[in-house]
Amino acid sequence: MNRAREMFVDVAAPCVVALLFLTGWEWIVRAQNIPPYILPGPILIAQTLWTDGPSLMNSLWVTLRTTLAALASATVLGLALAVALAQSRLIERSLYPYLVILQVTPIVSIAPLIIIWVNDVFLSLLVCAWLVAFFPIVANTTLGLNSIDRGHGDLFRLYRASRWQRLMHLRLPTALPYFLAGVRISGGLALIGAVVAEFVAGSGGAESGLAFRILEAGYRLQIPRLFAALLLLSLAGILIHAVLGFITRRILRGWHESAVSDGR
Amino acid sequence: MSTLLRLDGVGKRFANGTQALDGIDLAVAPGEFVSLVGPSGCGKSTLLRLVSGLDNPSTGTIAWDGGEPGQSDIGFVFQDATLLPWATLFDNVYLPLKLGGVSRAAARPRIEEALVLVGLADAAKLLPREASGGMRMRVSIARALVTRPKILLLDEPFAALDEITRFKLNDDLLRLWRDQNWTVLFVTHSVFESVYLSTRVVVMSPGPGRITADAPIRFMDPRNADLRTSSDFATLCREVSAHLARAMAA
Ligand SMILES: Nc1ncnc2c1ncn2[C@@H]1O[C@H](COP(=O)(O)OP(=O)(O)OP(=O)(O)O)[C@@H](O)[C@H]1O
Ligand SMILES: [Mg+2]
Repeated sequence: MNRAREMFVDVAAPCVVALLFLTGWEWIVRAQNIPPYILPGPILIAQTLWTDGPSLMNSLWVTLRTTLAALASATVLGLALAVALAQSRLIERSLYPYLVILQVTPIVSIAPLIIIWVNDVFLSLLVCAWLVAFFPIVANTTLGLNSIDRGHGDLFRLYRASRWQRLMHLRLPTALPYFLAGVRISGGLALIGAVVAEFVAGSGGAESGLAFRILEAGYRLQIPRLFAALLLLSLAGILIHAVLGFITRRILRGWHESAVSDGR
Repeated sequence: MSTLLRLDGVGKRFANGTQALDGIDLAVAPGEFVSLVGPSGCGKSTLLRLVSGLDNPSTGTIAWDGGEPGQSDIGFVFQDATLLPWATLFDNVYLPLKLGGVSRAAARPRIEEALVLVGLADAAKLLPREASGGMRMRVSIARALVTRPKILLLDEPFAALDEITRFKLNDDLLRLWRDQNWTVLFVTHSVFESVYLSTRVVVMSPGPGRITADAPIRFMDPRNADLRTSSDFATLCREVSAHLARAMAA
Protein backbone atom coordinates (compact mmCIF):
# COMPACT_ATOMS: atom_id res chain seq x y z
CA MET A 1 0.00 0.00 0.00
CA ASN A 2 2.88 2.33 0.87
CA ARG A 3 4.46 1.57 -2.46
CA ALA A 4 1.28 2.31 -4.39
CA ARG A 5 0.85 5.48 -2.42
CA GLU A 6 4.40 6.57 -3.08
CA MET A 7 3.96 5.97 -6.80
CA PHE A 8 0.72 7.92 -6.72
CA VAL A 9 2.50 10.85 -5.09
CA ASP A 10 5.38 10.55 -7.57
CA VAL A 11 2.98 10.83 -10.49
CA ALA A 12 0.19 12.97 -9.06
CA ALA A 13 2.27 15.69 -7.40
CA PRO A 14 4.08 16.83 -10.57
CA CYS A 15 0.78 16.59 -12.49
CA VAL A 16 -0.93 18.95 -10.04
CA VAL A 17 1.96 21.40 -10.39
CA ALA A 18 1.71 21.19 -14.18
CA LEU A 19 -2.04 21.75 -14.10
CA LEU A 20 -1.73 24.80 -11.84
CA PHE A 21 1.07 26.21 -13.97
CA LEU A 22 -0.81 25.71 -17.26
CA THR A 23 -4.04 27.13 -15.85
CA GLY A 24 -2.18 30.19 -14.57
CA TRP A 25 -0.47 30.62 -17.91
CA GLU A 26 -3.72 30.39 -19.88
CA TRP A 27 -5.43 32.75 -17.46
CA ILE A 28 -2.72 35.43 -17.72
CA VAL A 29 -2.65 35.20 -21.52
CA ARG A 30 -6.44 35.70 -21.67
CA ALA A 31 -6.70 38.29 -18.89
CA GLN A 32 -3.88 40.45 -20.28
CA ASN A 33 -4.88 39.84 -23.87
CA ILE A 34 -1.31 38.90 -24.80
CA PRO A 35 -1.09 38.35 -28.60
CA PRO A 36 -0.08 34.80 -29.65
CA TYR A 37 3.07 36.04 -31.44
CA ILE A 38 4.38 37.22 -28.06
CA LEU A 39 3.16 34.37 -25.84
CA PRO A 40 0.59 31.80 -26.96
CA GLY A 41 -1.52 30.07 -24.32
CA PRO A 42 -1.16 26.35 -23.69
CA ILE A 43 -4.47 25.55 -25.35
CA LEU A 44 -3.37 27.22 -28.58
CA ILE A 45 -0.04 25.42 -28.40
CA ALA A 46 -1.85 22.10 -28.00
CA GLN A 47 -4.04 22.90 -31.02
CA THR A 48 -0.96 23.81 -33.06
CA LEU A 49 0.72 20.61 -32.01
CA TRP A 50 -2.35 18.76 -33.27
CA THR A 51 -2.53 20.53 -36.65
CA ASP A 52 1.24 20.87 -37.29
CA GLY A 53 2.07 17.58 -35.62
CA PRO A 54 2.54 15.50 -38.79
CA SER A 55 5.03 17.92 -40.37
CA LEU A 56 6.86 18.46 -37.07
CA MET A 57 6.99 14.72 -36.44
CA ASN A 58 9.02 14.36 -39.60
CA SER A 59 11.54 16.87 -38.30
CA LEU A 60 11.53 15.25 -34.87
CA TRP A 61 12.48 12.00 -36.52
CA VAL A 62 15.36 13.70 -38.37
CA THR A 63 16.72 15.13 -35.12
CA LEU A 64 16.21 11.88 -33.23
CA ARG A 65 17.98 9.96 -35.97
CA THR A 66 21.06 12.17 -35.58
CA THR A 67 20.83 11.91 -31.79
CA LEU A 68 20.52 8.14 -31.67
CA ALA A 69 23.25 7.59 -34.26
CA ALA A 70 25.53 9.91 -32.28
CA LEU A 71 24.71 8.18 -29.00
CA ALA A 72 25.27 4.74 -30.49
CA SER A 73 28.61 5.64 -32.04
CA ALA A 74 29.67 7.52 -28.89
CA THR A 75 28.82 4.43 -26.84
CA VAL A 76 30.79 2.04 -29.04
CA LEU A 77 33.77 4.29 -29.69
CA GLY A 78 33.78 5.68 -26.15
CA LEU A 79 33.92 2.19 -24.69
CA ALA A 80 36.64 1.13 -27.13
CA LEU A 81 38.68 4.26 -26.40
CA ALA A 82 38.31 3.78 -22.63
CA VAL A 83 39.52 0.19 -22.90
CA ALA A 84 42.48 1.39 -24.97
CA LEU A 85 43.27 4.11 -22.43
CA ALA A 86 43.08 1.61 -19.60
CA GLN A 87 45.75 -0.59 -21.16
CA SER A 88 48.59 1.56 -19.89
CA ARG A 89 49.20 4.72 -17.92
CA LEU A 90 51.36 5.95 -20.79
CA ILE A 91 48.55 5.76 -23.34
CA GLU A 92 46.15 7.37 -20.89
CA ARG A 93 48.54 10.20 -19.97
CA SER A 94 49.38 10.96 -23.59
CA LEU A 95 45.82 10.99 -24.98
CA TYR A 96 43.69 12.26 -22.12
CA PRO A 97 44.64 15.97 -22.38
CA TYR A 98 43.45 16.04 -25.98
CA LEU A 99 40.15 14.47 -25.03
CA VAL A 100 39.73 17.19 -22.42
CA ILE A 101 40.50 19.89 -25.01
CA LEU A 102 37.89 18.41 -27.34
CA GLN A 103 35.42 18.38 -24.48
CA VAL A 104 35.93 21.94 -23.28
CA THR A 105 35.87 23.50 -26.74
CA PRO A 106 32.31 24.77 -27.22
CA ILE A 107 30.64 22.81 -29.96
CA VAL A 108 29.06 25.93 -31.50
CA SER A 109 32.53 27.25 -32.22
CA ILE A 110 33.73 24.20 -34.15
CA ALA A 111 30.42 23.16 -35.68
CA PRO A 112 30.79 25.57 -38.66
CA LEU A 113 34.20 24.07 -39.45
CA ILE A 114 32.89 20.54 -39.28
CA ILE A 115 29.96 21.43 -41.49
CA ILE A 116 32.37 22.85 -44.07
CA TRP A 117 34.76 19.89 -43.86
CA VAL A 118 32.19 17.13 -43.93
CA ASN A 119 30.21 17.27 -47.13
CA ASP A 120 27.27 15.14 -46.14
CA VAL A 121 24.73 17.02 -43.98
CA PHE A 122 23.68 14.04 -41.89
CA LEU A 123 27.28 13.05 -41.32
CA SER A 124 28.38 16.53 -40.27
CA LEU A 125 25.52 16.81 -37.76
CA LEU A 126 26.37 13.33 -36.51
CA VAL A 127 30.01 14.29 -35.95
CA CYS A 128 29.00 17.39 -33.97
CA ALA A 129 26.57 15.49 -31.75
CA TRP A 130 29.12 12.71 -31.31
CA LEU A 131 31.81 15.14 -30.19
CA VAL A 132 29.56 16.38 -27.41
CA ALA A 133 28.33 12.94 -26.39
CA PHE A 134 31.36 10.73 -26.28
CA PHE A 135 33.47 12.34 -23.56
CA PRO A 136 31.32 11.40 -20.54
CA ILE A 137 31.37 7.79 -21.68
CA VAL A 138 35.15 7.74 -22.06
CA ALA A 139 35.74 9.56 -18.77
CA ASN A 140 33.31 7.46 -16.75
CA THR A 141 34.35 4.13 -18.22
CA THR A 142 38.04 4.91 -17.72
CA LEU A 143 37.35 5.74 -14.09
CA GLY A 144 35.41 2.48 -13.70
CA LEU A 145 38.12 0.37 -15.33
CA ASN A 146 40.61 1.79 -12.83
CA SER A 147 38.36 1.34 -9.79
CA ILE A 148 39.18 -2.30 -9.13
CA ASP A 149 38.59 -3.44 -5.57
CA ARG A 150 41.97 -4.36 -4.06
CA GLY A 151 40.72 -7.70 -2.77
CA HIS A 152 39.38 -8.61 -6.22
CA GLY A 153 42.72 -7.64 -7.73
CA ASP A 154 44.53 -9.95 -5.29
CA LEU A 155 42.13 -12.76 -6.09
CA PHE A 156 42.81 -12.48 -9.81
CA ARG A 157 46.54 -12.34 -9.20
CA LEU A 158 46.42 -15.37 -6.91
CA TYR A 159 44.84 -17.42 -9.70
CA ARG A 160 47.21 -15.95 -12.28
CA ALA A 161 44.57 -14.37 -14.46
CA SER A 162 45.84 -13.21 -17.84
CA ARG A 163 45.52 -9.59 -18.89
CA TRP A 164 42.59 -10.53 -21.06
CA GLN A 165 40.81 -12.45 -18.28
CA ARG A 166 41.35 -9.53 -15.93
CA LEU A 167 39.80 -7.18 -18.45
CA MET A 168 36.83 -9.40 -19.31
CA HIS A 169 35.99 -10.83 -15.90
CA LEU A 170 37.05 -8.06 -13.54
CA ARG A 171 37.67 -4.64 -15.05
CA LEU A 172 34.75 -4.48 -17.47
CA PRO A 173 32.15 -5.74 -14.97
CA THR A 174 33.49 -3.29 -12.38
CA ALA A 175 33.25 -0.49 -14.93
CA LEU A 176 29.71 -1.37 -16.06
CA PRO A 177 27.81 0.93 -13.64
CA TYR A 178 30.21 3.80 -14.45
CA PHE A 179 29.82 3.16 -18.17
CA LEU A 180 26.02 3.12 -17.94
CA ALA A 181 26.03 6.36 -15.95
CA GLY A 182 28.16 7.84 -18.74
CA VAL A 183 25.71 6.66 -21.39
CA ARG A 184 22.84 8.28 -19.49
CA ILE A 185 24.64 11.62 -19.39
CA SER A 186 25.55 11.27 -23.05
CA GLY A 187 21.93 10.59 -24.02
CA GLY A 188 20.97 14.12 -23.05
CA LEU A 189 24.15 15.61 -24.50
CA ALA A 190 23.69 13.88 -27.85
CA LEU A 191 20.31 15.57 -28.26
CA ILE A 192 21.77 18.95 -27.31
CA GLY A 193 24.65 18.37 -29.73
CA ALA A 194 22.28 17.46 -32.55
CA VAL A 195 20.13 20.53 -31.94
CA VAL A 196 23.11 22.90 -31.73
CA ALA A 197 24.53 21.46 -34.94
CA GLU A 198 21.19 21.90 -36.71
CA PHE A 199 21.03 25.50 -35.56
CA VAL A 200 24.49 26.15 -36.97
CA ALA A 201 23.87 24.23 -40.19
CA GLY A 202 20.47 25.85 -40.59
CA SER A 203 19.65 23.77 -43.65
CA GLY A 204 16.10 23.81 -44.96
CA GLY A 205 14.23 21.33 -47.09
CA ALA A 206 12.64 18.03 -46.32
CA GLU A 207 15.63 16.77 -44.38
CA SER A 208 15.61 19.48 -41.72
CA GLY A 209 15.33 18.73 -38.04
CA LEU A 210 13.36 20.27 -35.21
CA ALA A 211 15.98 22.90 -34.46
CA PHE A 212 15.57 24.29 -37.97
CA ARG A 213 11.78 24.27 -37.56
CA ILE A 214 12.20 26.34 -34.39
CA LEU A 215 14.42 28.86 -36.19
CA GLU A 216 12.04 28.99 -39.13
CA ALA A 217 8.97 29.46 -36.92
CA GLY A 218 10.81 32.23 -35.08
CA TYR A 219 11.59 34.10 -38.32
CA ARG A 220 7.98 33.80 -39.43
CA LEU A 221 6.61 34.79 -36.03
CA GLN A 222 4.71 31.48 -35.85
CA ILE A 223 5.28 31.44 -32.11
CA PRO A 224 2.68 28.73 -31.29
CA ARG A 225 4.44 26.46 -33.76
CA LEU A 226 7.78 27.32 -32.15
CA PHE A 227 6.41 26.30 -28.78
CA ALA A 228 4.98 23.10 -30.21
CA ALA A 229 8.38 22.18 -31.65
CA LEU A 230 10.04 23.04 -28.36
CA LEU A 231 7.59 20.81 -26.54
CA LEU A 232 8.36 17.91 -28.86
CA LEU A 233 12.07 18.43 -28.26
CA SER A 234 11.68 18.32 -24.47
CA LEU A 235 9.50 15.24 -24.74
CA ALA A 236 12.19 13.55 -26.84
CA GLY A 237 14.81 14.43 -24.21
CA ILE A 238 12.67 13.10 -21.39
CA LEU A 239 11.97 9.93 -23.35
CA ILE A 240 15.67 9.29 -23.99
CA HIS A 241 16.45 9.88 -20.33
CA ALA A 242 13.68 7.55 -19.18
CA VAL A 243 14.59 4.76 -21.61
CA LEU A 244 18.28 4.86 -20.69
CA GLY A 245 17.38 4.90 -16.99
CA PHE A 246 15.15 1.89 -17.49
CA ILE A 247 17.85 -0.01 -19.38
CA THR A 248 20.43 0.83 -16.70
CA ARG A 249 18.21 -0.45 -13.92
CA ARG A 250 17.43 -3.61 -15.85
CA ILE A 251 21.09 -4.41 -16.43
CA LEU A 252 22.26 -3.63 -12.90
CA ARG A 253 19.30 -5.06 -11.09
CA GLY A 254 20.25 -7.17 -8.13
CA TRP A 255 23.93 -6.50 -7.76
CA HIS A 256 24.64 -2.81 -7.84
CA GLU A 257 23.56 -0.55 -5.00
CA SER A 258 22.29 2.17 -7.35
CA ALA A 259 19.74 -0.22 -8.85
CA VAL A 260 18.55 -2.02 -5.74
CA SER A 261 14.94 -0.96 -5.33
CA ASP A 262 14.42 -1.74 -1.65
CA GLY A 263 17.80 -0.39 -0.64
CA ARG A 264 16.98 3.22 0.08
CA MET B 1 59.55 -35.14 9.11
CA SER B 2 58.80 -34.05 5.58
CA THR B 3 57.93 -30.44 4.90
CA LEU B 4 55.59 -28.87 2.43
CA LEU B 5 56.80 -25.33 2.92
CA ARG B 6 59.86 -23.80 4.55
CA LEU B 7 60.47 -20.14 5.38
CA ASP B 8 64.09 -19.22 6.10
CA GLY B 9 64.97 -15.85 7.60
CA VAL B 10 62.03 -14.23 5.83
CA GLY B 11 61.68 -10.45 6.27
CA LYS B 12 59.40 -7.93 4.66
CA ARG B 13 60.08 -4.22 4.43
CA PHE B 14 57.44 -2.15 2.66
CA ALA B 15 58.23 0.72 0.31
CA ASN B 16 57.30 3.25 3.01
CA GLY B 17 59.99 1.83 5.29
CA THR B 18 57.75 -0.26 7.58
CA GLN B 19 59.56 -3.41 8.63
CA ALA B 20 56.55 -5.73 8.91
CA LEU B 21 58.42 -9.03 9.36
CA ASP B 22 61.96 -9.97 10.31
CA GLY B 23 63.80 -13.28 10.54
CA ILE B 24 60.82 -15.61 10.24
CA ASP B 25 61.77 -19.29 10.24
CA LEU B 26 58.88 -21.66 9.86
CA ALA B 27 58.55 -25.16 8.46
CA VAL B 28 55.13 -26.58 7.75
CA ALA B 29 54.57 -30.29 7.26
CA PRO B 30 51.85 -31.70 4.99
CA GLY B 31 48.59 -32.15 6.87
CA GLU B 32 49.40 -29.68 9.63
CA PHE B 33 46.86 -27.15 10.87
CA VAL B 34 48.94 -24.16 11.94
CA SER B 35 47.35 -21.17 13.65
CA LEU B 36 49.06 -17.80 13.72
CA VAL B 37 48.11 -15.56 16.63
CA GLY B 38 49.51 -12.22 17.64
CA PRO B 39 48.59 -8.62 18.30
CA SER B 40 47.21 -6.47 15.54
CA GLY B 41 49.88 -5.25 13.16
CA CYS B 42 52.39 -8.00 13.91
CA GLY B 43 52.46 -9.09 10.29
CA LYS B 44 50.17 -12.11 10.18
CA SER B 45 48.39 -11.00 7.01
CA THR B 46 51.70 -10.01 5.48
CA LEU B 47 53.05 -13.49 6.21
CA LEU B 48 50.10 -15.14 4.44
CA ARG B 49 50.51 -12.82 1.46
CA LEU B 50 54.17 -13.79 1.19
CA VAL B 51 53.33 -17.49 1.34
CA SER B 52 50.64 -17.03 -1.32
CA GLY B 53 53.03 -15.22 -3.62
CA LEU B 54 50.93 -12.04 -3.71
CA ASP B 55 53.95 -10.24 -2.25
CA ASN B 56 57.64 -11.08 -2.33
CA PRO B 57 59.87 -11.22 0.75
CA SER B 58 62.56 -8.54 1.00
CA THR B 59 64.96 -10.95 2.64
CA GLY B 60 65.13 -14.71 3.13
CA THR B 61 63.57 -17.49 1.09
CA ILE B 62 60.32 -19.38 0.85
CA ALA B 63 60.87 -22.90 -0.45
CA TRP B 64 58.23 -25.41 -1.50
CA ASP B 65 58.84 -29.09 -1.34
CA GLY B 66 58.18 -30.41 -4.82
CA GLY B 67 58.64 -27.12 -6.63
CA GLU B 68 56.80 -23.83 -6.90
CA PRO B 69 53.04 -24.07 -6.40
CA GLY B 70 50.92 -24.02 -9.54
CA GLN B 71 47.89 -21.96 -10.49
CA SER B 72 45.53 -24.03 -8.37
CA ASP B 73 47.76 -25.14 -5.49
CA ILE B 74 46.97 -22.32 -3.08
CA GLY B 75 43.55 -21.53 -1.64
CA PHE B 76 43.29 -18.15 0.09
CA VAL B 77 40.34 -17.02 2.18
CA PHE B 78 40.78 -13.28 2.64
CA GLN B 79 39.71 -11.36 5.70
CA ASP B 80 36.55 -10.23 3.89
CA ALA B 81 34.73 -12.43 1.45
CA THR B 82 35.77 -10.48 -1.71
CA LEU B 83 32.99 -12.01 -3.78
CA LEU B 84 32.27 -10.54 -7.21
CA PRO B 85 28.96 -8.71 -6.69
CA TRP B 86 27.75 -9.28 -10.26
CA ALA B 87 28.21 -13.06 -10.19
CA THR B 88 25.98 -15.66 -8.52
CA LEU B 89 27.41 -17.68 -5.64
CA PHE B 90 27.87 -20.52 -8.12
CA ASP B 91 29.86 -18.35 -10.50
CA ASN B 92 31.91 -16.96 -7.64
CA VAL B 93 32.98 -20.47 -6.74
CA TYR B 94 33.61 -21.18 -10.42
CA LEU B 95 36.03 -18.25 -10.76
CA PRO B 96 39.33 -19.98 -9.88
CA LEU B 97 38.54 -22.82 -12.29
CA LYS B 98 37.44 -20.39 -14.99
CA LEU B 99 40.71 -18.51 -14.67
CA GLY B 100 42.45 -21.87 -14.89
CA GLY B 101 40.76 -22.57 -18.21
CA VAL B 102 38.26 -25.20 -17.03
CA SER B 103 34.97 -25.12 -18.92
CA ARG B 104 31.78 -24.50 -17.00
CA ALA B 105 30.42 -27.93 -17.81
CA ALA B 106 33.59 -29.68 -16.68
CA ALA B 107 33.73 -27.58 -13.51
CA ARG B 108 30.09 -28.08 -12.49
CA PRO B 109 30.52 -31.26 -10.41
CA ARG B 110 33.44 -29.77 -8.49
CA ILE B 111 31.60 -26.52 -7.84
CA GLU B 112 28.56 -28.41 -6.61
CA GLU B 113 30.75 -30.55 -4.41
CA ALA B 114 32.41 -27.48 -2.89
CA LEU B 115 29.04 -25.84 -2.28
CA VAL B 116 27.77 -29.00 -0.59
CA LEU B 117 30.86 -29.09 1.63
CA VAL B 118 30.11 -25.63 2.98
CA GLY B 119 26.38 -26.36 3.18
CA LEU B 120 25.25 -24.00 0.45
CA ALA B 121 24.00 -26.39 -2.21
CA ASP B 122 20.60 -24.70 -2.34
CA ALA B 123 21.91 -21.15 -2.48
CA ALA B 124 23.93 -21.47 -5.70
CA LYS B 125 21.74 -19.10 -7.70
CA LEU B 126 21.75 -16.23 -5.19
CA LEU B 127 23.75 -13.08 -5.72
CA PRO B 128 26.20 -12.10 -2.96
CA ARG B 129 24.02 -9.24 -1.74
CA GLU B 130 21.17 -11.69 -1.21
CA ALA B 131 23.33 -13.88 1.04
CA SER B 132 24.10 -13.32 4.72
CA GLY B 133 27.58 -12.46 5.97
CA GLY B 134 28.13 -16.04 7.15
CA MET B 135 26.99 -17.43 3.81
CA ARG B 136 29.34 -15.11 1.95
CA MET B 137 32.24 -16.26 4.10
CA ARG B 138 31.34 -19.88 3.39
CA VAL B 139 31.20 -19.13 -0.34
CA SER B 140 34.68 -17.69 -0.17
CA ILE B 141 35.80 -20.87 1.60
CA ALA B 142 34.17 -22.97 -1.12
CA ARG B 143 35.94 -20.84 -3.72
CA ALA B 144 39.27 -21.53 -2.01
CA LEU B 145 38.51 -25.27 -1.90
CA VAL B 146 37.27 -25.76 -5.43
CA THR B 147 40.70 -26.06 -7.01
CA ARG B 148 41.66 -28.74 -4.46
CA PRO B 149 44.68 -26.77 -3.27
CA LYS B 150 47.69 -28.25 -1.50
CA ILE B 151 47.57 -25.55 1.12
CA LEU B 152 44.78 -23.40 2.46
CA LEU B 153 45.48 -19.92 3.82
CA LEU B 154 42.78 -18.38 6.01
CA ASP B 155 43.05 -14.79 7.24
CA GLU B 156 40.67 -14.26 10.19
CA PRO B 157 37.87 -15.81 8.17
CA PHE B 158 35.35 -15.86 11.02
CA ALA B 159 36.21 -12.57 12.72
CA ALA B 160 33.02 -10.81 11.68
CA LEU B 161 30.63 -13.61 12.64
CA ASP B 162 28.57 -14.32 15.73
CA GLU B 163 29.77 -17.01 18.11
CA ILE B 164 27.23 -19.70 17.16
CA THR B 165 27.96 -19.40 13.45
CA ARG B 166 31.62 -19.25 14.25
CA PHE B 167 31.55 -22.48 16.28
CA LYS B 168 29.62 -24.17 13.52
CA LEU B 169 32.09 -23.04 10.85
CA ASN B 170 34.96 -24.11 13.13
CA ASP B 171 33.53 -27.62 13.24
CA ASP B 172 32.87 -27.61 9.50
CA LEU B 173 36.43 -26.55 8.85
CA LEU B 174 37.82 -29.27 11.14
CA ARG B 175 35.69 -31.90 9.44
CA LEU B 176 36.87 -30.78 5.99
CA TRP B 177 40.49 -30.64 7.08
CA ARG B 178 40.28 -34.19 8.48
CA ASP B 179 38.45 -35.59 5.45
CA GLN B 180 40.46 -33.84 2.77
CA ASN B 181 43.98 -34.06 4.19
CA TRP B 182 44.79 -30.42 3.77
CA THR B 183 47.56 -28.27 5.09
CA VAL B 184 46.16 -25.14 6.70
CA LEU B 185 47.64 -21.80 7.77
CA PHE B 186 45.04 -20.04 9.88
CA VAL B 187 45.24 -16.48 11.21
CA THR B 188 43.04 -15.60 14.17
CA HIS B 189 42.80 -13.21 17.10
CA SER B 190 41.08 -15.79 19.26
CA VAL B 191 43.24 -17.96 21.46
CA PHE B 192 40.32 -20.37 22.01
CA GLU B 193 39.79 -20.75 18.29
CA SER B 194 43.48 -21.39 17.65
CA VAL B 195 43.72 -24.04 20.36
CA TYR B 196 40.46 -25.69 19.35
CA LEU B 197 41.37 -26.00 15.67
CA SER B 198 45.09 -26.45 15.32
CA THR B 199 47.78 -29.04 15.61
CA ARG B 200 50.18 -26.18 16.29
CA VAL B 201 49.89 -22.57 17.42
CA VAL B 202 52.52 -20.04 16.35
CA VAL B 203 52.62 -16.83 18.41
CA MET B 204 54.02 -13.65 16.88
CA SER B 205 55.12 -10.33 18.35
CA PRO B 206 55.11 -6.96 16.60
CA GLY B 207 57.62 -4.31 15.59
CA PRO B 208 59.01 -6.00 13.53
CA GLY B 209 56.96 -9.21 13.33
CA ARG B 210 58.79 -12.19 14.78
CA ILE B 211 57.84 -15.67 15.96
CA THR B 212 58.07 -15.84 19.76
CA ALA B 213 56.47 -19.19 20.52
CA ASP B 214 55.57 -22.35 18.65
CA ALA B 215 53.34 -24.67 20.67
CA PRO B 216 52.11 -28.09 19.53
CA ILE B 217 48.50 -28.89 20.41
CA ARG B 218 47.87 -32.58 20.93
CA PHE B 219 44.25 -33.50 21.33
CA MET B 220 42.61 -36.70 20.36
CA ASP B 221 39.76 -36.50 17.94
CA PRO B 222 36.94 -35.78 18.10
CA ARG B 223 37.22 -32.15 18.87
CA ASN B 224 33.74 -31.05 19.83
CA ALA B 225 31.75 -28.93 22.25
CA ASP B 226 32.88 -31.10 25.20
CA LEU B 227 36.48 -30.27 24.45
CA ARG B 228 35.80 -26.56 24.76
CA THR B 229 34.95 -27.02 28.45
CA SER B 230 37.56 -29.62 29.35
CA SER B 231 40.43 -28.84 31.71
CA ASP B 232 43.11 -29.85 29.17
CA PHE B 233 41.70 -27.29 26.81
CA ALA B 234 41.72 -24.63 29.51
CA THR B 235 45.33 -25.38 30.40
CA LEU B 236 46.48 -25.04 26.80
CA CYS B 237 44.52 -21.84 26.33
CA ARG B 238 46.19 -20.41 29.42
CA GLU B 239 49.62 -21.35 28.07
CA VAL B 240 49.01 -19.77 24.69
CA SER B 241 47.53 -16.70 26.35
CA ALA B 242 50.68 -16.35 28.46
CA HIS B 243 52.82 -16.53 25.29
CA LEU B 244 50.59 -13.97 23.69
CA ALA B 245 50.80 -11.64 26.69
CA ARG B 246 54.59 -11.82 26.56
CA ALA B 247 54.48 -11.14 22.81
CA MET B 248 52.30 -8.10 23.33
CA ALA B 249 54.55 -6.78 26.07
CA ALA B 250 57.61 -7.16 23.83
N1 LIG C 1 51.09 -2.42 1.76
C1 LIG C 1 51.67 -1.98 2.90
N2 LIG C 1 52.48 -0.90 2.87
C2 LIG C 1 53.09 -0.48 4.00
N3 LIG C 1 52.94 -1.04 5.20
C3 LIG C 1 52.13 -2.11 5.29
C4 LIG C 1 51.44 -2.63 4.15
N4 LIG C 1 50.71 -3.70 4.55
C5 LIG C 1 50.92 -3.82 5.87
N5 LIG C 1 51.77 -2.87 6.31
C6 LIG C 1 52.27 -2.72 7.70
O1 LIG C 1 52.84 -3.94 8.09
C7 LIG C 1 52.51 -4.26 9.42
C8 LIG C 1 51.85 -5.62 9.50
O2 LIG C 1 50.60 -5.56 8.84
P1 LIG C 1 49.66 -6.84 8.75
O3 LIG C 1 48.47 -6.44 7.97
O4 LIG C 1 50.43 -7.98 8.24
O5 LIG C 1 49.28 -7.05 10.28
P2 LIG C 1 48.30 -8.14 10.91
O6 LIG C 1 49.10 -8.92 11.88
O7 LIG C 1 47.60 -8.90 9.85
O8 LIG C 1 47.30 -7.21 11.70
P3 LIG C 1 45.72 -7.46 11.97
O9 LIG C 1 45.64 -8.50 13.02
O10 LIG C 1 45.25 -6.13 12.46
O11 LIG C 1 45.09 -7.86 10.68
C9 LIG C 1 51.64 -3.13 9.95
O12 LIG C 1 52.44 -2.25 10.68
C10 LIG C 1 51.17 -2.44 8.69
O13 LIG C 1 51.02 -1.07 8.92
MG1 LIG D 1 45.54 -8.97 9.16
